[in-house]
Amino acid sequence: MAHAAVEERPGPPGRGPKTTGDKIRFALRGIGQTLITLGLVVLLFVVYEVWITNLFADRNNRHNIAALRKEVDTVNADSLPANSDSTIPLGKSLGILYIPRLGRDYAEAIVQGDTVPDDAQLQQGTAHYGSTQLPGQKGNFAVAGHRVGKGEPFLNIDKLRSGDAVIVETAKYWYVYRVMGTPAGQDPQDDKAGTVRASGNRSFSLPGRQIIEPSDGKVLTPVPNHPDIPVSGAVDKIMTMTTCHPKFTASHRMIIFSKLDPGASVKALGNTPTTKASDMPASIKALYDEVKA
Amino acid sequence: MYTWIWRHLPGPTLAKLGQTLLLVVAVCALLLFVIFPWIEPHLPISQVTVGN
Repeated sequence: MAHAAVEERPGPPGRGPKTTGDKIRFALRGIGQTLITLGLVVLLFVVYEVWITNLFADRNNRHNIAALRKEVDTVNADSLPANSDSTIPLGKSLGILYIPRLGRDYAEAIVQGDTVPDDAQLQQGTAHYGSTQLPGQKGNFAVAGHRVGKGEPFLNIDKLRSGDAVIVETAKYWYVYRVMGTPAGQDPQDDKAGTVRASGNRSFSLPGRQIIEPSDGKVLTPVPNHPDIPVSGAVDKIMTMTTCHPKFTASHRMIIFSKLDPGASVKALGNTPTTKASDMPASIKALYDEVKA
Repeated sequence: MYTWIWRHLPGPTLAKLGQTLLLVVAVCALLLFVIFPWIEPHLPISQVTVGN
């Protein structure tokens, strides 16, 4: 009896005559393995997106920051492009972004981008919307950065509160912008109290944080959300940061608006026996103490 | 497919295991450093800019 039972069992695939059952088993096994394989490939893509891309982008960012600091320290700062309206070559660093709320080690290169920065520019750190104004200029200095992967400079940008310092180091100046909205320390989402001025004593409310549709380009205009006003009509110096929202998707954009704080912005240090032009001034270092609490 | 590969790898089980690991690493590297970077710009997942 036991012997007969063994003989009735189907043989391993590829050996002996193939029954209909064998063929069905073979097909099902093939489909199963293909699906499992595809699943693993998708998982691997997630690993790529949130981890591998960071390896390359972080290396670019470190390289850009080191190169810009070296340039500031060794060449005449006046001749650097970030100090003039002259055309900055695409992909060239024009400054370094520091955000005390995101930690002392947070430093991102800001490279010159196209009118809408492309993928290669965005993988250098963060990228300046090329047709918007430069740091410290009247109007709107707009910067785009990745939220997840590719160095993820703006991963935690939703943590910014009203009044938080956003620091832009250029060759000659350290510009300090403050996230819109009052009182300081509150959630800046759709805040109505912060205002941006335009010529003719006009004043409009501008929130610290806004979630918009991807096509909504009017956040980049010299007076944000007022595309009818030309740059000559701008009074305030605004900085706009854009990234994707929610994380991992491209359905919306998160926008952070901040306004120049002229009292906190300072001239860069010079090259002296004790300081380097790229050293952080004491008053800028002090801004990091604001977010300790 | 996997059964077929396993059967066609030469050597004893331990050697087959080593070759399998090598194959897995090679496929992962191909995906991570060649195929994904090439396919990724065409996917609508990491767009951070506004306007057009």
